[in-house]
Amino acid sequence: MITIQLIVFLPLLAAIIAGLGNRAIGNVPAKVLTTGALFASCALSWPIFIHYLTGGDPYPVTQVFTWMKSGDLDVSWALRVDALTAVMLVVITSVSALVHLYSWGYMDEDPDQPRFFAYLSLFTFAMLMLVTANNLVQMFFGWEGVGLASYLLIGFWFKKPSANAAAIKAFVVNRVGDLGFMLGIFGTFLVFGTVSIPEILAQAPHMAGSTIGFLGYRFDTMTVLCLCLFVGAMGKSAQLGLHTWLPDAMEGPTPVSALIHAATMVTAGVFMVCRLSPMFETSEVALDFVVFIGAATCIFAATIGTCQNDIKRVIAYSTCSQLGYMFFAAGSGAYGAAMFHLFTHAFFKALLFLGAGSVIHAMHHEQDMRFYGGLRKKIPVTFWVMLIGTLAITGVGIPGVFGLPQIGFAGFHSKDGILELAYASGRGTGAFWVGILAALLTSFYSWRLMFLTFWGKPRWAQSEHIQHSLHDDHGHGHGHDAHAHDHHHDHAHGDGTGGYHPHESPWSMLIPLILLATGAVLAGFVFHSWFIEPDSGERFWRGAIAFNEHLYHAAHQVPVWVKLSATIVMLLGLLGAWMAYIWRTDIPARFTSTFRLLYDFVYNKWYFDELYDLLFVRPAFAFGRLFWKAGDEGLIDRFGPNGSAWVVSLGSRVTGRLQTGYVYTYAFVMLIGLTAAVTWAISQ
Amino acid sequence: MIGLTHYLVVAAILFGMGVLGLIANRKNLIIMLMSIELILLAVNLNFVAFSAYLHDLVGQVFAMFVLTVAAGEAAIGLAILVIYFRGRGTIAVDDANRMKG
Repeated sequence: MITIQLIVFLPLLAAIIAGLGNRAIGNVPAKVLTTGALFASCALSWPIFIHYLTGGDPYPVTQVFTWMKSGDLDVSWALRVDALTAVMLVVITSVSALVHLYSWGYMDEDPDQPRFFAYLSLFTFAMLMLVTANNLVQMFFGWEGVGLASYLLIGFWFKKPSANAAAIKAFVVNRVGDLGFMLGIFGTFLVFGTVSIPEILAQAPHMAGSTIGFLGYRFDTMTVLCLCLFVGAMGKSAQLGLHTWLPDAMEGPTPVSALIHAATMVTAGVFMVCRLSPMFETSEVALDFVVFIGAATCIFAATIGTCQNDIKRVIAYSTCSQLGYMFFAAGSGAYGAAMFHLFTHAFFKALLFLGAGSVIHAMHHEQDMRFYGGLRKKIPVTFWVMLIGTLAITGVGIPGVFGLPQIGFAGFHSKDGILELAYASGRGTGAFWVGILAALLTSFYSWRLMFLTFWGKPRWAQSEHIQHSLHDDHGHGHGHDAHAHDHHHDHAHGDGTGGYHPHESPWSMLIPLILLATGAVLAGFVFHSWFIEPDSGERFWRGAIAFNEHLYHAAHQVPVWVKLSATIVMLLGLLGAWMAYIWRTDIPARFTSTFRLLYDFVYNKWYFDELYDLLFVRPAFAFGRLFWKAGDEGLIDRFGPNGSAWVVSLGSRVTGRLQTGYVYTYAFVMLIGLTAAVTWAISQ
Repeated sequence: MIGLTHYLVVAAILFGMGVLGLIANRKNLIIMLMSIELILLAVNLNFVAFSAYLHDLVGQVFAMFVLTVAAGEAAIGLAILVIYFRGRGTIAVDDANRMKG
């Protein structure tokens, strides 16, 4: 099938041309090329998705060519397009195309645009490789490819030390996860003798209950394999323990955060668990672990999200939390719901990120929400799309009880679906309660973000970025700038604006926002029957994921209070945020002073970074210093190169002293030598 | 009766003086050249003494050769000395140490 090859390789082609051409081809051609390639990929992806929606037959696997062949190991480049891939294809290409377009406006003043667009397209290619992989090794190739692109894009502004540090952190933390993934692949090959995904999934049920020996102990084979693979998923999807890189990754440009660290790359772990769902289904322990990690991440990240001040970090922790939802859905056996939340989340989270980018753009790169406020009237389009995004993530909708039609924003359908399925599954009942609590916090921090940014009085004057921009205006001081500046003085600065006028973003940024907002409104309502309804779901997925029809039936029979609970906590969260940030704005300050310890604990991200610093970073540095000072310098250098050099120089100094330069010394030595030689010759 | 031993002792004394002159002399290079002559003469004396003792003329012939070579050596040595003096302005042995390591 040529279509899928075009979808996958067009972004690569664009990335190569834009990346190698760079300055030589200029900004506009590079942007047109990459964006055009992505829109073409997007246009080709939707028909595939619609094909599956309308109940079409699965496409055959497209062989590209053989990668490596050695004994039993047979790895080929093959593009597999089933329903699961189709979902990912539309998510990736749509969000990526819109992010490309958005970057026209957002990165307009950047001197290095071809490189940026080349990286974005390269990322898209790697991600498409990941989701179309027909074997684990190819998936790992895509997995590493997105990691590389993520590293390059987080560190895109390489002159910022913090960006470099964040990029390295992301790479190193992901390496831990990748080790798990690699062990999983090796183990899978060892057990099944193949890395081809369809063959592994076909054989997996027969392997259930078998054991594998390691270091004299016997472990359950499937549990070991699934846990190893899941560690990989944890790293990529920033789950509790390996999540520390995601908030730091916000150092990258905002479109990157939207594309990679919200909509696509971080969901790769969820995708992988769903892709290998028949394998995970064979191990109870692994599924319990997935549920536990998912639920723990979900609540953990949500608590941190409530007290961050950086607008992007709030959304980053929100992403982390939503990924937790997806994982505990997958662990509960509701892979369809996990994929559904992935699908809707891509729309509304990309929307929120791009909206945040638009706010940041308007506020002259100020990211601290404490310096926002009152932006509702200044940037109305951004405000409305952000509002839609917030309605979507908090799950606003009418629950389908008391005969009412179940209708709502995207997040409502997927999150309610997850919570009901988790409750019905039995394994996920605990996760259901955690999920409800996290939904309360989600609502709280999302509305907190909205209220701090768009409502209240402007608090821009204290911002260094804003002051800096005004100062620049003053320095240039000609034309309308000078006029504007006079204008500021007339009004005095008592209104908290500091004389700054936020400006709405250009259309290249607003159009993607509006399109994503449409997705955030409709994605849940339109698609939910295919993703999580028992009968149509079965027809849609067609074995692409493990689809337990009974579970989905059971989800419809859950008590009314279960269906209502998500909506109730959403309203409570909204009420809480309204009370704290609109009604009585002194509540947060009083709360933090009353519960100082709790606040510090949460504000400092549960001290995870400090803990890791203590547990891993410092010992690693200490070890490094030990081997450097004692091992390398003290032992190898001292007795190796430095030692022999010392011997040579000492020897030459001693022998050099023999060379007095006086003839009689030489004559004397000659005499002694001669005497010795003669004596020796005679004594023979 | 003066025998071979006496000749050899005298030659050895001459040789020793020559060697001492080479090694212990710190004054000037001409004395070194003279010391070398002294060594060569000691050798010649040995040649001649053994020649007479063994009734073999080859020793005396060889002594003639040594004398010739010694004359040439003295001529070349003195020539080098003159050049050296022109260059350095001194012929003191202690100043001739440009090969010092």
